[in-house]
Amino acid sequence: MKKLINSPDSVVAESLEGMAAAYAGRIYCHFDPTFVCRADAPVTGKVAIVSGGGSGHEPMHAGFVGRGMLDAACPGQVFTSPTPDQIREAMRAVHGGKGVLNIVKNYSGDVMNFEMAAELAHAEGIPIANILIDDDTAVKDSLYTQGRRGVGTTVLAEKICGAAAERGYDLNRLAALCRQVNLSGRSVGLALTSCTVPAKGVPTFQLGEREMEVGIGIHGEPGRERMRLMTADQITEMLVGSILEDPQYSRQVREWDQAKGDWSEVELISPPFEKGDRLLAFVNSMGGTPLAELFIVYRKLAEICTRQGFPIVRNLIGPYMTSLEMQGVSITLLRLDEELIHLWDAPVNTPALRWGV
Amino acid sequence: MILARQVFLDWLQNAARLLEQNKDYLTDLDAAIGDADHGTNMDRGFRKILQQLPSLKEKDVGAILKTAGMTLISNVGGAAGPLYGTLFLRAGEAVEGRSELDPGDLALLLRKGVEGVMARGRAPLGAKTMVDALSPALSALETALQEGRDLEAALHETVEAAEKGMRATIPMIATKGRASYLGPRSAGHQDPGATSSVLILKALAEALPHE
Repeated sequence: MKKLINSPDSVVAESLEGMAAAYAGRIYCHFDPTFVCRADAPVTGKVAIVSGGGSGHEPMHAGFVGRGMLDAACPGQVFTSPTPDQIREAMRAVHGGKGVLNIVKNYSGDVMNFEMAAELAHAEGIPIANILIDDDTAVKDSLYTQGRRGVGTTVLAEKICGAAAERGYDLNRLAALCRQVNLSGRSVGLALTSCTVPAKGVPTFQLGEREMEVGIGIHGEPGRERMRLMTADQITEMLVGSILEDPQYSRQVREWDQAKGDWSEVELISPPFEKGDRLLAFVNSMGGTPLAELFIVYRKLAEICTRQGFPIVRNLIGPYMTSLEMQGVSITLLRLDEELIHLWDAPVNTPALRWGV
Repeated sequence: MILARQVFLDWLQNAARLLEQNKDYLTDLDAAIGDADHGTNMDRGFRKILQQLPSLKEKDVGAILKTAGMTLISNVGGAAGPLYGTLFLRAGEAVEGRSELDPGDLALLLRKGVEGVMARGRAPLGAKTMVDALSPALSALETALQEGRDLEAALHETVEAAEKGMRATIPMIATKGRASYLGPRSAGHQDPGATSSVLILKALAEALPHE
């Protein structure tokens, strides 16, 4: 496997140095511990939003740092969660006096590291909210697994909450909005090839020429099942069907209770989609699939949604949450209401998402 | 038997050595059902602890263990960092300010550590995690001490119970952590976290002063 790198050990740092050079004046990269924040952080009087996770998913999350989206991102090693001190330093750097919302993808490592960081920040007097994204319909139950993984809805939640924070939502209202976005979104992913983690140098799994892996996460982990390769239309039909027909999903999650100053278990329910729901359709490349192929998927997706009575009122198409150079696609559908549409359309100015400015 | 601070410095040193020797073994176990970095991550964390040891020589046992915990939390990442970090942090908090412990204190610090791991990771017994080694090990230590056996014998039984728990993870289907996404495909593999837990308990048994 050929990679355009200098050394496997320096991939994360050198990539961030490049980003810092490219977007000087807009974002600031801090090293030791590593985090990326808005150049104008902390923004006084606004709730700050922090996210993070393993590297290898670029542009997520560092590419979403900027006005109208994240205040800070904490990149870990490739596919490895960031550490609590990284996250705490980022929270300190961006806290503008109104508290910090952490948007956390549901992976055991991310969850634990963000929880410890939240406890440390709370001990320093920073008001916090910690909302999990768990939208991957490929994981069927939460009782016998870690629960659904956090995938495509994360990008949409970061954009929508970022806009709401700029509009002056307080911490409680912002946390409730983030939870609502999570409960309204569903995703599923598919791989045509594996990816190669730089430090390992060999593909994480092997797929034959005529095979595909359905129900993948974003770390090159194996998916729900291996199937014979199909056409783009057949694949899209299968993926969209699995999202639209996904039944109600309920699970227990641990959220930070600001009033109690401790964690509490809450039961959350994602209702199924219903005919007439207005949707945001997000067609995402896993890194190696070109835009032309994403449009072939979108073409079929739009046709299915129209036929089945789900108007697509907004869309996002491109590589936003990748797994290194993996060929593949993920589809996310998010139920919108007037408030979410309004917040989606609000100005955003980040390296990877930019409109209205 | 009195356990001076040197026992705990030796524990950490032994653990660093055992984890380095078993680095590739742990990573291979992790490659089968996880993401192939457990050995590398644990080795990196305990190497950092080794660098801290000289500055801890005059510190109390609580401070030694808490520093080890914080070092793991800051340097390991993934799920193992918070879990083993919490184990040592809670253990250290249980013996804050003490420079000598007795066997009962040792059982107490291990209990606090294991409870911390279970609270942080929310894994029950049988989920194919480090808890499957740590929890039976703790019970074995407490039982042996209650029944009046000396600490050397008690720690021997502790390690045996941990090893038994570790081997019992082989047929289990994981229900926590990244291996849980594999469902039935996770059966047939020994859990890497349970394996590193055995090594850390072995390191403790080896640190005991010989009388």
